[in-house]
Amino acid sequence: MKALRRYIDKIKPNFVKGGKYEKLQSTFEGFETFLFVPNTVTTAGSHVRDSVDMKRTMALVVISLIPAMLFGMWNTGYQYHLSIGSEATLWGNFWYGFLRVLPLIVVSYVVGLGIEFIFAQIRGHEINEGFLVSGILIPLIVPIDVPLWMLAVATAFAVIIGKEVFGGTGMNILNPALTVRAFLFFAYPGWMSGDTVWISQLTEGEGIVDGFSGATPLAEAAAGNLGNIPSVWNMFLGIIPGSVGETSTLAILIGAVILIYTGVGSWKIITSVFAGGLVMGLILNLFSVNPFMEIPAWHHLVMGGFAFGAVFMATDPVTAAQTEKGKWIYGFLIGIMAILIRVLNPAYPEGVMLAILLMNVFSPLIDHYVVEGNIKRRLKRAKINAQS
Amino acid sequence: MPKVIKIKRGLDIPIKGKAEKILVQADPSEMYAVKPIDFAGLTPKLTVKVDHEVKAGSPLFFDKYHPEVLFTSPVSGKVVSITRGERRRILEVVVKADPQIAYESFRQGDPESMEREEVIENLQKSGLWPFIRQRPYHIIANGSDIPKAIFISGFDTAPLAPDYDFVLKEERDAFQTGIKALSKLTEGDIHIGVNGTFPVCDVFKDLDRVQLHHFRGPHPAGNVGIQIHHIDPINKGDIVWTVNPQDVVIIGRLFEKGIFDASRIVALAGSEVKTPRYFKTMLGACIVPLVKDNVKEGNLRYISGNVLTGKKILNDGYIGYYDSLVSVIPEGDHYDFLGWALPGLSKFSMSRTFLAWLTPNREFTMHTNLNGGKRAFVMTGQYEKVLPMDIYPVHLLKAILVEDIDKMENLGIYEIAEEDLALCEFVCTSKTEVQSIVRNGIELMIKELG
Repeated sequence: MKALRRYIDKIKPNFVKGGKYEKLQSTFEGFETFLFVPNTVTTAGSHVRDSVDMKRTMALVVISLIPAMLFGMWNTGYQYHLSIGSEATLWGNFWYGFLRVLPLIVVSYVVGLGIEFIFAQIRGHEINEGFLVSGILIPLIVPIDVPLWMLAVATAFAVIIGKEVFGGTGMNILNPALTVRAFLFFAYPGWMSGDTVWISQLTEGEGIVDGFSGATPLAEAAAGNLGNIPSVWNMFLGIIPGSVGETSTLAILIGAVILIYTGVGSWKIITSVFAGGLVMGLILNLFSVNPFMEIPAWHHLVMGGFAFGAVFMATDPVTAAQTEKGKWIYGFLIGIMAILIRVLNPAYPEGVMLAILLMNVFSPLIDHYVVEGNIKRRLKRAKINAQS
Repeated sequence: MPKVIKIKRGLDIPIKGKAEKILVQADPSEMYAVKPIDFAGLTPKLTVKVDHEVKAGSPLFFDKYHPEVLFTSPVSGKVVSITRGERRRILEVVVKADPQIAYESFRQGDPESMEREEVIENLQKSGLWPFIRQRPYHIIANGSDIPKAIFISGFDTAPLAPDYDFVLKEERDAFQTGIKALSKLTEGDIHIGVNGTFPVCDVFKDLDRVQLHHFRGPHPAGNVGIQIHHIDPINKGDIVWTVNPQDVVIIGRLFEKGIFDASRIVALAGSEVKTPRYFKTMLGACIVPLVKDNVKEGNLRYISGNVLTGKKILNDGYIGYYDSLVSVIPEGDHYDFLGWALPGLSKFSMSRTFLAWLTPNREFTMHTNLNGGKRAFVMTGQYEKVLPMDIYPVHLLKAILVEDIDKMENLGIYEIAEEDLALCEFVCTSKTEVQSIVRNGIELMIKELG
C-alpha cells in the first residue's frame, strides 16, 4: 500500500491548481479518497470524530441492495427461460441475467458519475457519493429490456435536472433514481408498461411458448384476472415478472434488515410505509366494488414495487421528511397514496413511484408543520412563565 | 428515592485512557498563562507589559467593554511574554512564577454578612468573576443583571471527564462558602445537578437555598445546559448563571482566606498517557510537569478540556481557565487505505456501520482524523439521537447559517451552547463543524440584539 501511496503523492501535483491536469482535480480527488481516507485532522470543534462518513454510509446502502440485485439477475434468466419453454440451471439463469443486467449498471454509472464528476469540477467540490447508490438503484427499477440509450438519456436528465441544478447531493427535492423512472415512464411509455417489457426479449417475440403472457401480477389484477395472479408465496420470493430488483420481497427485506440494523435507513419510514399500505388496502377491502379492491390488503405489500419503494426509495434521507415525527407521517402517506393510485387509477399500473415522488415534494411541508409545533411549544412555555 | 430525571438520548464515547482515582501532587510548574481565547467573545485590554512583576490576583488584562471584569494572574512572578496570533490578537499572557507565591489581599469574611454589590466587587477585583457565566450565550456574566437562578452541574459525563465526587472530596468547606457567596447573587435558587446513578456526594448535601436534581443517562446528561433545559428551560429574556463546581471552591477560598488561591485538581487522561491520574496543580499551569515522561511516543494532540469541546494546546501549553482535564490522544494525520470499505473492527461509530459493534464493551483508541470528507447535510435523525433537548438541531443550524435571527430565536438558540451540540458534531456523517456554527450564531445574536 505504501508504494501505491507514494505513487499517488508523486502524481498529485499534476492535478492541483496550476498543474497539468487541473481540470481533473475533482476526479483525481474522487479516486484518491476512494483508495485512501484522507489524512485531514480536526482543526476546530470536536477533536475526535465518529468513524462513519458518506462513503461508508452509501457503501452500506449498496451492500443492502445486493440481495435484491442478485435475485433480480437470477429471476431475469429464469423468466426468460420460462418464456421460451426451456429450463436452465441456477447458474445458467443467473449468468443469463447477469449479462443482461450488467450493461444497465454500466450505463447508469458511467453516465451518472460522468456528470457528477463534471459538476464537482465546475463547483470545485469534492465528488459526492450520492450517485453510488442511485447508480445501482436505477438498473433495479427499470424493465430489463429498456434500450440503453433511453437509460442514458433518463439518467442524464435525472442527475442534471433532478439533482445538480438544485446544488447536488443533499439539496435535491426528488429522489434521483425515481426521477429516472418517471422520465422513462412518461417519455417512453411503450417501454415501461404493458405485458411484454418485463421479460427479456419478450418484445421481440421469438420462440415464445404459446399462451405465455409475461404480465405482472399487478397487470393481471388491474385487468380483473385474479385467477392469474401467482401465489403469495411466489410473489414474496419474487419468482414473477417485474422490474429487475423489485420482485423479491424476501431479498428486499434482507436489505431492510441491513439498513435498519446499521442505522443507515430509517425504520420509522419503512414501517410507516408498510402500515400506510396496509391501512389503505383494508379501506379498499371495505368497499370492494371491483375485483382489484378485493385483493387481501396484505397481498399488496408483496406485489409490484411496494416493498422496494418502501425500503430503498422512501428512506432516501435527502428527499424524505427530516424530522422524526415527520418521518412517520411521510411514510404513512406514501403507503396510502401508493395503494390508492395502484388500485383506483386505471392509467398507472403501479402507484409506488408516483406516491414517493409526490411525498418527496410534500416532505418539506410536513417538516414545516412539525417544526412549527416545536416553535409553538417554546412560545407557550415563555408565555406561561411571563404570567406566573 | 429522589426523583431522577432520565436522559435517554446521548452517547458515552468509549475512549481509552480514563484517569485512575489516585491523586498526585504535581511538581510546581515554572510557567503559568491566562488565555484570553478561553473567554468567548472577549476583547482583552492589557494592564501589564513584559517584565512587570505581579502577585497572585494582580490583573493582567480586562474586558474592553466591561472594564470592571478583571483577569488576574494565578501566581506571583514576572510577566515573561505576551503571545499574539493573527491580527495581533492576544493568545496568552505568560507569567514566570516565583518559588514562593505572594498574594494580593482581597476582602475576607462571611459572604452572608455582605451585600450583593460587595460580593460582586470582591469577585471582580480578584479576577474570579469570569468563573460565573450566563445562559443564554454561554459568556461571562454581567454583574448588572439579576439572574433567575444559578445552575451548577455536579458531575461531568464528557469522555474521560474527571469525577467531581473524587475531586471535591476535601473541599466541602470552601464549596459551601462559595455557594453562600453565589446565593447572594440571585433571588432565585441555586440548582445543582447530581449524578443519579450514585449516592449524592457529601459536598452537595445540606446546603442552604440549594435544590438538588438527580440526572441519569449518557453524555451530555452532565452538561449544565441540558440540565437547565430539563429543570427550568430558558425563555427569551431569561438570564441564568452557571459555575463549574471546582470554581465554586476557588470562590469559596477567596471569602475564607481573602486571596486568589488558584489550586485545582486536574485529571490527565487519554490513550497516550502512560499513567492517567489526577494531579493537584493550578489553573493556568504549564502541563510540562504533568506530561513529562508520562506520555507515549508519537505525534500527539494535547487538549485542555475533553476531546469533544477542549482546546488544542502545545505539549508545553497551559491548562485553560475553566478546564479540569487534560486529554492526550494520537494525531490522526495518516492515510487509511480503503478505510471506508474495510470491516473496521477497531473503528468506533455510533451507527453499526463498522464491525466494531461486535465488541460492545470495548474501549477504543481514538485519533484526530476527520474520518472522511466534508459534505452537505445528507443523513437525518443523527443529531436528534445525541441531543436530549426539545430542539430541532439541523433546523436551528440552518437558521444560523442563513443568519435568520427570528428563526434562531424561535428554534431555541437561547438554550444551547457549543458544548451541548458537541456530540452532534462527533456523530455527523457529513463532518459539519457544528460547534463553530453554534458560536457564530451566538455571536450574531449578541451583535444584533446586544
